[in-house]
Amino acid sequence: MGVNPDLQGRSYPPTQPYAVGREKIREFAAAVKAGHPAHSDLEAARALGHADLVAPPTFAVVLAQRAEQAVVQDPDSGIDFSRVVHADERFTHQRPIVAGDELVATATVETVKSLGGHSMVTTRADIATTAGEPVSTVRSTLLVRGEE
Amino acid sequence: MQKGDSIGSTTIRLDRADLVRYAGASGDFNPIHWSESTARSVELPGVIAHGMLTMGAAVQLVTDWCGDPGRILDYQTRFTQMVPVPEDGGATLEVTGKVGAVDAEAGTARIDLTVTDPGNDGARVLTKAQAVVRWDRQ
Repeated sequence: MGVNPDLQGRSYPPTQPYAVGREKIREFAAAVKAGHPAHSDLEAARALGHADLVAPPTFAVVLAQRAEQAVVQDPDSGIDFSRVVHADERFTHQRPIVAGDELVATATVETVKSLGGHSMVTTRADIATTAGEPVSTVRSTLLVRGEE
Repeated sequence: MQKGDSIGSTTIRLDRADLVRYAGASGDFNPIHWSESTARSVELPGVIAHGMLTMGAAVQLVTDWCGDPGRILDYQTRFTQMVPVPEDGGATLEVTGKVGAVDAEAGTARIDLTVTDPGNDGARVLTKAQAVVRWDRQ
């Protein structure tokens, strides 16, 4: 069974609100070896004009992954997760994510393409504050390998 | 600043503990990133690094160059080669960056990153790894 082409254009309900904490930013920054003091030192972050600790540029993947779960787990999707390879990723930030943000992410399937037995599924996760301010857009393409 | 200018280079060392740490911090617990037997059962050479860990670590070069992670407006890549991380010795990635384009009107510069794995014949593990940076603020 291949990926359902009707997935294209489908949107999913927003994720539960995610409270971005200082320790989570410090933990994520350490995990990606991001040593800039704006990720860990409040004074350093404020000296650069930020309201609080700044999340590393790829931190939004934590939110996007939660939203993409809805796509992968859609019983109608035809996506076999054991056959999935991550093909590309793109972050577009309207502003940096900072500690204290309360964020929700909404997933939409932008395109479903078939390619010689394989499928390419591009999802977009729109990340916004619970007050509705847009923060980041995350695009991710999964390559779903076809059966031999 | 001109197209072609180097922003420097750096080395990323990854071992199994780094993969476990990233799994916990990101919430991506796919066992191919920590279980040798699972990785081999799906025809991988062994445990491989999360593509998002490589992407997240490589951009540090850009942050160091521009001085503020909040200036990175856009960051994208394609994942073209997996990075095996053996239990003994781990993996070492080489990262270099140069200015790929300058948009004076928008006050932005595009930094192009090259990320290679010398342990895998110098394979490019990321392609079209590009970060757009605001450079004119304040």
